[in-house]
Amino acid sequence: MEKQLFTDKFSYVFGDQKFFKKQKRIALKNCGLIDPENIDDYIYAGGYTALAKVLTEMTPEDVVKTVKDSGLRGRGGAGFPTGIKWEATAKQQNDEKFVVCNADEGDPGAFMDRSIIEGDPHSIVEGMAIGAYAVGASKGVVYLRAEYPLAIKRLQKAIEDARKENLLGNNILESNFSFDMEIRLGAGAFVCGEETALMNSIEGKRGMPRTRPPFPAVSGLFAKPTLLNNVETWANISSIIINGAEWFSSIGVDKSKGTKVFALAGKITNTGLAEIPMGMTLREIIYEVGGGIPNGKKFKAVQTGGPSGGCLTESMLDTKIDYESLTKAGSIMGSGGMIIIDETACMVNIAKFFLEFTQSESCGKCVPCREGIKRMLEILTRITDGEGKTGDIEKLEELGNMIKKASLCGLGQSAPNPVLSTIKNFRQEYEEHVEQKMCRSLVCEKLLTYTINDKCIGCSACRRACPAGAIAGLPKEPHTIHQELCIKCGKCYRSCKFHAIDKTSVAKEQK
Amino acid sequence: MTSHIHNQEEINKQIKDFIAEILKQDRPDSHLITVLHKAQELNGYLSREVMDLVSQEMNIPTSTIWGVATFYHYFKLNPIGKYNISVCMGTACYVKGASEILETLKEELGIGVGETTEDMLFSMHEARCIGACGLAPVAMINDKIYGELTPKKITDIINKLRKEEETK
Ligand SMILES: Cc1cc2nc3c(=O)[nH]c(=O)nc-3n(C[C@H](O)[C@H](O)[C@H](O)COP(=O)(O)O)c2cc1C
Ligand code: FES
Repeated sequence: MEKQLFTDKFSYVFGDQKFFKKQKRIALKNCGLIDPENIDDYIYAGGYTALAKVLTEMTPEDVVKTVKDSGLRGRGGAGFPTGIKWEATAKQQNDEKFVVCNADEGDPGAFMDRSIIEGDPHSIVEGMAIGAYAVGASKGVVYLRAEYPLAIKRLQKAIEDARKENLLGNNILESNFSFDMEIRLGAGAFVCGEETALMNSIEGKRGMPRTRPPFPAVSGLFAKPTLLNNVETWANISSIIINGAEWFSSIGVDKSKGTKVFALAGKITNTGLAEIPMGMTLREIIYEVGGGIPNGKKFKAVQTGGPSGGCLTESMLDTKIDYESLTKAGSIMGSGGMIIIDETACMVNIAKFFLEFTQSESCGKCVPCREGIKRMLEILTRITDGEGKTGDIEKLEELGNMIKKASLCGLGQSAPNPVLSTIKNFRQEYEEHVEQKMCRSLVCEKLLTYTINDKCIGCSACRRACPAGAIAGLPKEPHTIHQELCIKCGKCYRSCKFHAIDKTSVAKEQK
Repeated sequence: MTSHIHNQEEINKQIKDFIAEILKQDRPDSHLITVLHKAQELNGYLSREVMDLVSQEMNIPTSTIWGVATFYHYFKLNPIGKYNISVCMGTACYVKGASEILETLKEELGIGVGETTEDMLFSMHEARCIGACGLAPVAMINDKIYGELTPKKITDIINKLRKEEETK
């Protein structure tokens, strides 16, 4: 009966669209359906029964075993088996242990974690309490981005409400398990999403990564054994406890169980969050869940894994979405960003975008990442500015592979991926930029030529806009652009109201 | 001017009170970032004076505080304008033309990223995904989100804000 009510409400709220038909919601099960600021709503939807079950019926070892058997893997990017981490932390003997939730969500095109905390904050509180019971921790910390004010507010309220109901605090639900948690705010540094940097940041320091080992399970926050998981990982826990390991591992494929939430964005009809069972193909998520590419444009690439991931092409659309298949295809699962790119985008420019990001976010501690990424970016900038030299592409590959091997943390180890994967899949575009000084997608400004066509009515708007004085023409007569003076700033193109300026990029002769 | 000084005293007092509460907790040093968040919220940005104050109250060297404050993008070391514009340069926005919006703003305001106009009206920053990818490209002015921007739309918004200021 209650279940029916819920399904009805779901269709009422969201409508019965194709967008939802292929989805399976575990981590997002309550998002949009319950009032996230009302603990009773969460409890009515079955919330905190998993915690009660754990405290009354299960030993910590049982809990670890269930999570291990479920096959759940970390949703924060690396896909490490969650149960193994729990087991390692549980094994440590120490008077103080921590559980940490990584809600730093650094991928600059993704917002799954934010939506879970905003839409269902109690699922994190409950998941962490269960984890703390399993590994013997008494304190929890959620490291949350300061840029997410609503998420902060709702999670804070959830923690306070849970305390009132004795779901946090001393002797939870009259058991002898005590646990409490707090929120610590990030301050906008991508590298703080890396687990050891994150712990330095919680300690009030500059967020620089530490060398591993020792792993957090042995020596983490304040040098105590620490269990750290991503938001979405935590959000899966209560469902696994309630429905059992077998249920969870029946969803998904071989080594990737359960579901994954993706943030669909870019040139796609349905942008937003989609939670899909592992093993769905990229084609299904893009064309069926996502509704395909808008404006009749052609698909060019899909980018997963954000600044640590890669671009996959049309020919790889039948790749299954699971950790192994995506890695084999040359990208990664990542934390869930999925950007769809159409034919209007220049792949060299996209690679440069991600590299600019990682370069500015490199913390500077290790040399390969600090210096190497900067050099790679210089070469890429040269290429997009039309000053690429023969051999540049090979140099990028060589540098990229070196940085991957030699960097201290995952930031540097993965930063070259967007470049390497676009070179692998779109080498011809790179070659066109380098050898022919041409950008077929008309994106790289320095490689464009602006000309005036016969739609020009001589309004002089472009002539006034041109900062280089490169446009000549009498009022009411067609104007012309002097190419040798043109600095390719594009101001004339933007100023023209009559579509009288053409942007082209043609192959230049080799010098 | 007196009101300004009075204000600063009030701000300093609030920062001190906040720190006094923090010092009662376990591992107070670990709360440095929390304190800097509060100080920035109250003072608008982290001035040298504010950092010295935090240093004295928490017994942490100013050099350490400086190190932390400069490491994180969120902390501002200079005063910011009345309207703080964050242009989203996240992936989704970038793919949909965020750099054009940024260029338009640079031209329109005559300032670069991280700078403030002389009249202290506008500051401009780059932001990462602000979770409104569906509306890309997006900019945030103070707490308000403006979506599906075009160069013309953002220029209109700036002009409207300028007009509002003039008539005040
Ligand atoms: C540069 C960098 C950024 C990262 N950013 C995040 C992040 O924003 N959120 C996250 O959960 N994990 C992030 N990670 C992965 C974490 O280090 C860690 O593997 C993860 O949080 C562990 O949780 P899980 O096992 O539940 O995935 C990042 C790693 C690196 C190297
Ligand atoms: S990338 Fe701009 S809002 Fe997400």
